[in-house]
Amino acid sequence: MKDALGAPQSLLVLGGTSEIALTTARAMVAERVRRVVLAGRPSAGLEAAADDLRGRGATVEVVAFDAAEPDDHEKTIDEVFAAGDIDVVLLAFGVLGDQDADAKDPAAAARVAQVNYVGGVSAGLAAANALSRQGHGALAVISSVAGERARKSNFIYGSTKAGLDAFAQGLGDKLHGTGVHVMVVRPGFVRTKMTEGLPDVPLATTPEVVAEAIVKGLRRKSPVVWVPGQFRFVMSALRHVPRPIFRKLNI
Amino acid sequence: MSDGPSADVRPAARRVRLNGWGRTAPTFADVVRPTTREQVATALGRRTSRGVIARGLGRSYGDPAQNGGGTVLDMTGLDRILAVDLERGLVTCEAGVSLDRLIELFVPFGFFVPVTPGTRQVTVGGAIGADVHGKNHHADGSFCNHVLSIDLLLADGTERTVTPDNDPELFWATAGGMGLTGLVLSATIRMTPIETSLASVDTDRTRNLDEAMALMAETDEKYTYTVAWLDCLAKGANLGRCVLTCGEFAALDDLPAKQRRDPLRFRTGSLLTVPDLVPGRLPNKLTMGLFNELWYRKAPKHKVGQLQSITAFFHPLDLVQEWNRVYGRTGFLQYQFVVPFGREDGLVKAVETISRHGAPSSLTVLKRFGPGNAGFLSFPKPGWTLTLDFPTNTPGLARLLRELDEIVLGNEGRFYLAKDSRMDPADLARMYPRLEQFREVRAKVDPDGVFVSDQARRLGL
Repeated sequence: MKDALGAPQSLLVLGGTSEIALTTARAMVAERVRRVVLAGRPSAGLEAAADDLRGRGATVEVVAFDAAEPDDHEKTIDEVFAAGDIDVVLLAFGVLGDQDADAKDPAAAARVAQVNYVGGVSAGLAAANALSRQGHGALAVISSVAGERARKSNFIYGSTKAGLDAFAQGLGDKLHGTGVHVMVVRPGFVRTKMTEGLPDVPLATTPEVVAEAIVKGLRRKSPVVWVPGQFRFVMSALRHVPRPIFRKLNI
Repeated sequence: MSDGPSADVRPAARRVRLNGWGRTAPTFADVVRPTTREQVATALGRRTSRGVIARGLGRSYGDPAQNGGGTVLDMTGLDRILAVDLERGLVTCEAGVSLDRLIELFVPFGFFVPVTPGTRQVTVGGAIGADVHGKNHHADGSFCNHVLSIDLLLADGTERTVTPDNDPELFWATAGGMGLTGLVLSATIRMTPIETSLASVDTDRTRNLDEAMALMAETDEKYTYTVAWLDCLAKGANLGRCVLTCGEFAALDDLPAKQRRDPLRFRTGSLLTVPDLVPGRLPNKLTMGLFNELWYRKAPKHKVGQLQSITAFFHPLDLVQEWNRVYGRTGFLQYQFVVPFGREDGLVKAVETISRHGAPSSLTVLKRFGPGNAGFLSFPKPGWTLTLDFPTNTPGLARLLRELDEIVLGNEGRFYLAKDSRMDPADLARMYPRLEQFREVRAKVDPDGVFVSDQARRLGL
């Protein structure tokens, strides 16, 4: 249960090895979170993440979860909720893909969509339904500024995030007035292992900054959070750039 | 008093957003408002896996009368007086009867409720569940000290009349048990005889906390009702300056001739209602500093035998309905703790910490508790209790409260569950040494955890 200052006590991370999610989990454990469930594909990395959070005073459970297997999502998530209330669900899984390679390999491109969008829809709904049943809680969905307008340099990834983003917004509207808060998080370029080796871009940010924005957004019950905040204006401008000009931009 | 609908007419459940008086951490639950015992039993039988909790008038500050996703029984429909014995001052009434109603009905007959918190707007069921205390704790103990028996509906659907003699364990698990042992259907209470409806009040203004504490320790024995209002923003030599009020119900002879003709006259009613459109930062350091200055200045330095109405002395806040709205949308929390006698340093340190931080508490109340009772989770124990209201948007509040937590814990203190909305669950067992006994009784009478609240989930009660 959240306390009077809006601090949650329990957290479910879908995509348990995501750097953004783990940084967020660490920030939340430093406050009030005591029960953390890390859902992800079993790996040494997942176990290490669990140990790290245990070392910070949390009780951590590890649950096998594959974003690419939507058939199992509901059962897995329902089991987590059956063991105790979850105040915050962080939907943090996602793959970036390799735009140039994926463009030549439609099946590989579809796998990006399967994880980022299809998996997001099934896991997001399963979590939202469980939260509705308990009458309280929040679902934070990690989208991306890339979903705001697909750019030729990463339109496959961008389009999956656009789909996930629209899904999460609609879900949030649908759940308004049920005690469940859905928050869309739109980070820009985040320096993580997912983006390792990619050239740095303007407004690049860190998992710490994203985590802080998530914690703050949850407390304020924000519907959308941009990280860094300037992206709200950058993307709003970019969205309205006429197409002939947009095409010529080297982005 | 009309009869409610017959048992087979099921009152409809509505999914409703519920929060406590502090207006923080809302959750949604199916609310049912039964009006008969049978309907309570029916609603209990139709519960979902998310369980049931009773709710009265919603004056608990945090989440003990919320049950996210489950059933909340609004007990205010059970509002009948079942039996009265004016000879012995006993009243048996249903759980949803408010103390306001009891006072209104019984003051004209020369009886007052044995214990009342700062508001009359609490139900008998709630007063038992929180084992509320008042200004007379040092003299008379808390509410359940005056409860002779409780009719309890248990998780398995059976009714049991519980007294401190026939089932002390269940009685004292229920007293202060935050509604987690069963549903209080009705109770028999011993009322306090009074000659008049007016309190004879002595007021003293003290320059600082030390002076207040010394004076309170002296006057404890002399008065049934004592309380001190404390200026938590005062600094330096003024640190913890107080306005101390001590009183007794006036005897007939204390009244002027004119009032002696109708000595038990009592009127309820309120002056105004706060609208639901208050900006969030109204109570802040500046406004509260001014308010505290005025409140302190307007109090007489030393005045004896002032006659005050029940409302003016016991329930001044009841004059303003919905006063919790002054805190705006973000709400507020109440922080009440007790530290035992001999730990005065802890109390002083807490007041210093609050003053240094400049956190604006609009209502800061200092009181001395007498001996506690056998309630496993009953709050009062001999010592000093301080109550503070903080707007939740106070800058740096989380940090300040953690500092205060450390002081309270370090001085063998504890928090009041009826007010709590944020304590660390890990601290609970340290503060309530009889917690395990409470859990054992609860496991016996409610093995499946049918009775559950947001607070119970939050704290792992």
